[in-house]
Amino acid sequence: MAILEVNNLEKHFGSTRVLEDISFDLEQGKALAIIGSSGSGKTTLLRCLNFLETPDQGTISVGGNVIFDAANRRSQTDAEIRKKRLHFGMVFQSFNLFPQYTALKNVTLAKELLARERPDFKANKKAILEEIQQEGLELLTKMGLEQRASHYPSQLSGGQQQRVAIARALALKPDILCFDEPTSALDPELTGEVLRVIRGLVEQKTTMIIVTHEMAFARDVADEVMFMDGGLIVERGPARQVIENPQEERTRQFLAGYTQE
Amino acid sequence: MFATVIGALNEGFVQTLKLFFVTLLGALPLGLVICWGSMTRFPPLRWLCRFVVWVIRGTPLMLQLFVIFYVPGMIPGFENPWPAGDSGRFIAASVTFILNYACYFSEIYRGGIQGVPKGQQEAGQVLGMTRGQIFFHVTLLQMIKRIVPPMSNEVITLLKDTALAGVISLQELLWAGEAFLKSSHGYRGLLWPLFFTGVYYLVFNGLLTLLLGRLEKKLDYFS
Repeated sequence: MAILEVNNLEKHFGSTRVLEDISFDLEQGKALAIIGSSGSGKTTLLRCLNFLETPDQGTISVGGNVIFDAANRRSQTDAEIRKKRLHFGMVFQSFNLFPQYTALKNVTLAKELLARERPDFKANKKAILEEIQQEGLELLTKMGLEQRASHYPSQLSGGQQQRVAIARALALKPDILCFDEPTSALDPELTGEVLRVIRGLVEQKTTMIIVTHEMAFARDVADEVMFMDGGLIVERGPARQVIENPQEERTRQFLAGYTQE
Repeated sequence: MFATVIGALNEGFVQTLKLFFVTLLGALPLGLVICWGSMTRFPPLRWLCRFVVWVIRGTPLMLQLFVIFYVPGMIPGFENPWPAGDSGRFIAASVTFILNYACYFSEIYRGGIQGVPKGQQEAGQVLGMTRGQIFFHVTLLQMIKRIVPPMSNEVITLLKDTALAGVISLQELLWAGEAFLKSSHGYRGLLWPLFFTGVYYLVFNGLLTLLLGRLEKKLDYFS
């Protein structure tokens, strides 16, 4: 069953059309890699899914429920969007960790704030916070960062920061985890550790959308690859097939730029 | 003689400190209001706020003191809002200083807010935080860290600027020192009390520098 369904999504910035008639779905437990040159609309697509941009047209459904419908925007209050966006997790290209908090606090902060809204929070405050803390530590351990829990972001390498950011996104247990070029801001020797973590998540059947420039990684790790150009989905298929044997001329041209390197 | 002079200078210093703290108390929050006004999406309010900031920052504080103290009483059919005597001078000076410093503070706040990368807010958003939570738990401390150094500068300047209130005869520290040059407490032509006021400014600003430096250090743990 498709956990995510996107239908006819369209987005303009002024008179520039950045997304055009974007429709696709994603099965539970699958990893979809989106490739394409800069300006092709792939980052904007992720930002639309995370409600950081508002599409001008189209619908987004998660688990069969429409969570966004551009035709019905007035009904989307801030509070509703807040709830709905938690279906998605987001890992940014530039990490965007909170510099004033430790790695652990970065992971637990949002969950602690959400827990305050629970009716039983006052009565069980201590136990709830302890549990969140424990879960945060487990996530950091999963990222291989148990030794770094009390470090501040400025004391961590780029690769470590991005792994904290992944733990932070996982803490809220999103249905679909989105990565926006997670290794583009990293030195080549640090990309490996982040890609390894993402590969681990794929093996655990985390549903993911990964915008990436790492073609080999997309081919080996993702289940499917989608190539975007000029705000359109040009081609989509099994990862190995799209990367190694693309059907469309434009995909071929784009990938040729990579194999030459 | 020394005890008399010190007594008079202490009295002046109390006035200086009063004006200093009242200004901080008023200008810190008013600056936030002006800052918000100069960034609002409602153009008339934004223009008004930026116009006021432009006028206040573009004219001498001394001139502003004269205008605010004297002009209201000169408008026909309009009663002078300042009470007679020392309290009137103090209120007029406070109003001028608060307005003046709020304008400078508002620009510092604006720089602090705009200096926090947009990604911080977006990270909070995708984690389901409310606007309020993002402000208080994510951006506020980063803002404070950015504004502490320029604020320290302004606060130190403020202490020295209080001496300007002497032009509307507010009996602050420098005024008290200068009085001995003319005639005060039975002394005439004493020059040293005027110079001695510098010690007061210097010592108090030394304390302020230490305090603000400590605050800056405290926020040094993140970048």
